[in-house]
Amino acid sequence: MMTVALGSRKLFDQNWKRILFWGGICALSQVFICLVGLPSELNRRILIESTLSLGYLFILWIPLVFGYIVSKMVELEGIENPKPGAADLLSGALTGLIGSLGLVLLMLGIENLDMRDPLINWNPKLFRLLTFENSIAFGSLVWIPVGVGLGTFGAFLHQISAQIRKMITYATFGLFSFAILEDVIDDLSEGFRLEWLNDLIYAKKGGMTVTSTIIIAVLLALLPLLVRGKLKTKVATYRSDVTPEGKRRNSIILFSTIAVLVIVLPWFLGGIVNELLANVGLFLLLALGLNIVVGLAGLLDLGYVAFFAVGGYTTAVFTSPNSPWFSPETHFGISLLVVVVMATLAGLLIGAPVIRMRGDYLAIVTLGFGEIIRLLFLSDWLKPYLGGSQGITNIPAIDLGPWEVRGADPRSVFYMVLAFCVIAIYISWRLQGSRLGRAWMAIREDESVAEVMGINTVNSKLMAFVVGAVLASFSGAVLAAKVGSVFPKSFEILVSIIILVVVIVGGMGSITGVMVGSLVLIGILGGPRQPGLLQEFQNYKLLIYGALLVFMMLKRPEGLVPTARRTRELHQEEYLQDAWLGDDETEETKEVGEKL
Amino acid sequence: MTETALLEFRSVNTHYGAVHILKDVDLAIYPGEMVCLLGGNASGKSTTLKTLLGMVTPTSGHVLLDGEVVNDKPTSYRVTNGVTMVPENRRLFKRLTVKENLELGAYLRDDREGIEEDLENIYELFPRVKERLSQKAGTLSGGEQQMVAIGRALMSRPRVLLMDEPSMGLAPALVQQNFELIQQIHEEGMAIFMVEQNANMALSIADRGWVLQTGRVVLDDTAEALLANPELRSSYLGES
Repeated sequence: MMTVALGSRKLFDQNWKRILFWGGICALSQVFICLVGLPSELNRRILIESTLSLGYLFILWIPLVFGYIVSKMVELEGIENPKPGAADLLSGALTGLIGSLGLVLLMLGIENLDMRDPLINWNPKLFRLLTFENSIAFGSLVWIPVGVGLGTFGAFLHQISAQIRKMITYATFGLFSFAILEDVIDDLSEGFRLEWLNDLIYAKKGGMTVTSTIIIAVLLALLPLLVRGKLKTKVATYRSDVTPEGKRRNSIILFSTIAVLVIVLPWFLGGIVNELLANVGLFLLLALGLNIVVGLAGLLDLGYVAFFAVGGYTTAVFTSPNSPWFSPETHFGISLLVVVVMATLAGLLIGAPVIRMRGDYLAIVTLGFGEIIRLLFLSDWLKPYLGGSQGITNIPAIDLGPWEVRGADPRSVFYMVLAFCVIAIYISWRLQGSRLGRAWMAIREDESVAEVMGINTVNSKLMAFVVGAVLASFSGAVLAAKVGSVFPKSFEILVSIIILVVVIVGGMGSITGVMVGSLVLIGILGGPRQPGLLQEFQNYKLLIYGALLVFMMLKRPEGLVPTARRTRELHQEEYLQDAWLGDDETEETKEVGEKL
Repeated sequence: MTETALLEFRSVNTHYGAVHILKDVDLAIYPGEMVCLLGGNASGKSTTLKTLLGMVTPTSGHVLLDGEVVNDKPTSYRVTNGVTMVPENRRLFKRLTVKENLELGAYLRDDREGIEEDLENIYELFPRVKERLSQKAGTLSGGEQQMVAIGRALMSRPRVLLMDEPSMGLAPALVQQNFELIQQIHEEGMAIFMVEQNANMALSIADRGWVLQTGRVVLDDTAEALLANPELRSSYLGES
């Protein structure tokens, strides 16, 4: 493969402009990431013992990706591309080099200029990190070969066989997951009394040991060799052979396995991970509700946090002895009934005036209502009733006879949230196929025509608001009991936005998508105030959320786990284009083309 | 006529805010007949349809369905009682499948067997539609979309079909085909109320017609008489 095949470019027959462009972007991205402070902040998180920290990783992936991009060839019909060869490796290397030069310039800049005023990360800490606590010359000596090497490697990825590329992908992502999931694996191995395994993989001070890294990388790389297509053919034959009853039976087995896992696993997990799972559940509950409003009925509600707040405050007023004005100190169960009533009222109250609006107008008005609700809770006017900025504290734990659900015991909270999530998932699932679900779909597609069909659009839309509101209020109620207090601060607009991102990234309208979305986003990155698995990301969460959103919109607008319908509508044109290419039709486009 | 009109306007007036749209409009559609409403832009044709369907409430006058005043009854009531519209430009739910589109036409019905039966009837009427059931409605050709739009309307088991500019946006060859289709449905006993700009074509198949001008009915006659009317010929049929 390494031999320069006939018909490839000459070594110096380069598109210099392209290399300069991508190299420049590569340098800028690296400098940007450094100045944002990601490397310095995340340097504490060790991925591989005394070799690699998350901070360095944030710089290192850039030349690799840009090397890959710069040597990628656009495939056009009728134009034969030159075979990839050494010239492409050179483009990758040069891109990496320019990227590293950016870092060198940054080091020189930090030493000679004082720019700390606007750029707080223009500081010795970053300088030490970039020079490896040595001189600029030493730093350059490291960064330039590393950049060139990674750029070349990125370009090289185009020239190796798909099999090897798969092995590398498996190894890389596998290792990354192992390193990221250190806390979970740590917890799990403790739960299963397998501490020795943990000690084998991870070093004492955090991060994987070098030996375990190599062993795991090799094992992971061999994984695709072992299954090599077998799995695919098996799945394919299974798909074509299976009877409807068999399919049903299998999905029941799958479902019960997951159910058992979800119920049993928390006992083997420690407090931190259980806390994370509880947060994931709380946000999943919110996201499921918003999924009905946005995904099914197509009403872009940006003030969704209002219902979350109503749930929290209602629970606080009814259960807490510290409620300043009305304090019946009822049981959580009774307050939950009140929560349902209040959420329904709030859904109708906010829904009724905005229901005649469409699209952008609806989004803006709901955004305003969300803020109004928060400001009401904060206001001096309602202070004698709801405590103003001091909020309501001392909300008791949920008493469930033999069990008690309290914040100090995250496992109990997790089970409580799980119960609500199961209810919410069941409701969403049933609603999707129901008459109301069909009305929502019709409204989402074309409201006027839906009306012509005899659908009562006002009532259907209000129902969407109310169902969404009730689910959100459940989440708020559990949150209040978990944290033990409610403050207006907990119900900022950011909550609405993060839930919306979860729904969009997961896949609008898809229940599984929303589950995956909240697990990935809330579990790993964290919620608006809740730290995720990567606690170090706390300060950069919004940056990463934003970047992820942009990436998803560009590359996978249908979300991580989309519904079949969304995939169809978003990629149809691409498939049709591919089909037009005719001879080059790949297996995949053929299949899809037939399906269409 | 002694027969009760299926749908009737008795001196209906409508306003959008302060703007007076329909001015003392009288119309009557009898069971099984084909009538058409002609008029230029902004003459109040669409408002007439919306008022018939209950999406606009008249400020004065009466809308009658089977002789009963239905001014305050919602769209759903009228759809259940046999009034359906095929919207302008077909307006299918583009991202839903053809089957889902048809089923939404029967949204207000809950007789499962009846719905199945009607689906079969539609497949018989439009074999092309049956081949495309699981396809997204937006991917169909103009002619196929027209079939689905009519099929969707038929799914509510209407007695009168309100058609908003059925020939709009169709290729000339399809316009002819479309009118034949409408005639075919009409011959099976369906009353049809057509709003058209293509006056020649519409009058050639209709029994009676009205001409609407700035919200007022200026002509009300049989189709032949209207076709022969020199005033109409000059203003609508482009003859001098």
